[in-house]
Amino acid sequence: MLPTVIVFAYLAVVLYIGIFAFRHRGAHEGAEQFFLAGRAVGPYVFLTSLFGTHMTAFAVLGSSGHAFANGIVTFGLMATAAGLITPVFLLVAGTRIWALGRRHGFITPVQMFRDRWECSHIGTVIFVVQAALLVPYIVIGVMGGGTALGAISQGAIPYWVGCAVVALVVMGYVVFGGMRGTALVNAVQTTMFLLVGTTAFLVIGYGMGGFGQTISDMLATPSQAPLLSRERISPLYFFSYMFIPFSAIAFPHIGIFCLTAKRLSHFKHTAIAYPLCLMAIWLPSTVLGVVANRATEVPAIELKLEARQMLATPGASLTPDQRQALRRQADGEDVVIQLLHYYAPVWLAGLLGAGIMAAVMSSDSQILALSTMFTEDVFEHYGGKRRFGEEAQVKLGRAFVILVTLVAYAIALWAPANIFSLATQYGFSGYAALSPMVFAALFWKRSTKWGALAVTLWAAGSVAATAVFQAVVPAPPPGQSLSVLGVASWDLIARTGTGTAVLGFAPVMPMVLVSVALMWVVSLVTRPPSAATIARYDV
Amino acid sequence: MRRFLPFLLVGLAFFLHQDAWYWNAATPLVFGVLPPGLWYHALYALASSALMWYLTRAIWPEHLDSN
Repeated sequence: MLPTVIVFAYLAVVLYIGIFAFRHRGAHEGAEQFFLAGRAVGPYVFLTSLFGTHMTAFAVLGSSGHAFANGIVTFGLMATAAGLITPVFLLVAGTRIWALGRRHGFITPVQMFRDRWECSHIGTVIFVVQAALLVPYIVIGVMGGGTALGAISQGAIPYWVGCAVVALVVMGYVVFGGMRGTALVNAVQTTMFLLVGTTAFLVIGYGMGGFGQTISDMLATPSQAPLLSRERISPLYFFSYMFIPFSAIAFPHIGIFCLTAKRLSHFKHTAIAYPLCLMAIWLPSTVLGVVANRATEVPAIELKLEARQMLATPGASLTPDQRQALRRQADGEDVVIQLLHYYAPVWLAGLLGAGIMAAVMSSDSQILALSTMFTEDVFEHYGGKRRFGEEAQVKLGRAFVILVTLVAYAIALWAPANIFSLATQYGFSGYAALSPMVFAALFWKRSTKWGALAVTLWAAGSVAATAVFQAVVPAPPPGQSLSVLGVASWDLIARTGTGTAVLGFAPVMPMVLVSVALMWVVSLVTRPPSAATIARYDV
Repeated sequence: MRRFLPFLLVGLAFFLHQDAWYWNAATPLVFGVLPPGLWYHALYALASSALMWYLTRAIWPEHLDSN
């Protein structure tokens, strides 16, 4: 009971921060104030809010759940790959987006694409695809909230209520606070999680009898020792995950955040600290997910291990529904919270639970980004602002936040996939496939709107094809793969326990490489923008 | 050479991420707790931060500020 009360108190504080930002700026602020915090965010808030908005529920619940099933590979698969690629992209492309945004007054990436490639409706197509790909990212925040609140309350708060509470709180401070409120909340949340995450790690380690002893026990258990190496994921699959962080620079919420920095130098500190912040969150989450396999005295974890065992039993005759139910039961996304409940004192479990909620509730920036994109790329572009005024634009932005949150809530109740796979297979992969378009806009003078359109349609089509494929072909038991299309001994396309493999690689890699080829070939055979436009981007 | 060094280092870091040499090894445990695959990537994260420090000096786009 006490942990739930502490978490609700934390949610009230977070909501107040958004309302405080609203009172501070007033209800009649302009679009640039509401959507970009007046391009005046300071260095610490810029780092923590940019990092916080990139991480979401995926970082804590998704990573520990993935590590629970797959072992230590999770850390290298996502954290260190992102720790290299994301800051390099922020340095190279983020700084340029910042400068061009200031020079030409852009608020969204689509505004830049339209201006850069002298197009209108193609920009609308890019908006639609970006918005559709952002939805899974928002959904995982709501799902994470439902999962976390359910686990913190030990099942007293049903999943649908937990999702609704988190959706309402996020919606509240985004509607009231806009970018200023969102950035402040993200800064508080990231700071809080970094502080309490370390405490949680130490408390659980102590409670389990020390990590050294627990790891040694795992080594001595044949079924658990593989979790301490990376043998459950192939090196090819691991390599292809280097392409997942390419998504960072194509995410509209990251692009929009780049425009909020007060000074260019803020990118310097952010790039240097980024790999360290990633390590501070992902390393403890991965270790806790792995050692949770030894926590058989925790009833909820014991049930998960039993479900996994049944799924892996050779020759087990299970119906698809039974298999699906067992998969849900074996899912490890709440293991950190279960460990906290068992090993930490009640009051500390509440504080640490609030810290986990802090990391989980970072879907705010994505919701705000969608609202910004709709009001700027559709409402403003098609003359709404001219006819109804800037105040109506901000009001519409607030209404759109409510609509998006309600849609995300409905999908979160229905979505069958877990957080990790939902994020990597749809949100991250789709945006990674869009990243060549961002680089072409920023650095390649010969790039054209037709190249951008080809990349956009390819990203949308390949994500849709992956989703359909995985819906039609059921996943094989964990650790196995099912060849669907092959030549001789080569598996061209295979269904794996965690998704899809193309020639052994995750789909994101061919998606990005084909995007690069499309951008290049289609641009070369079509007419570039005027010399005057190209000159405006020669910074 | 100095002009290409930042790009070489980023390319090198990209491929050093694929530490296939410790792929199936769960031992020796570094400090009695970290399997080699995890230890390597913890060091890799620290090295990435150091690389960013170098890049912010070597390829910092100062001209964008004046624009």
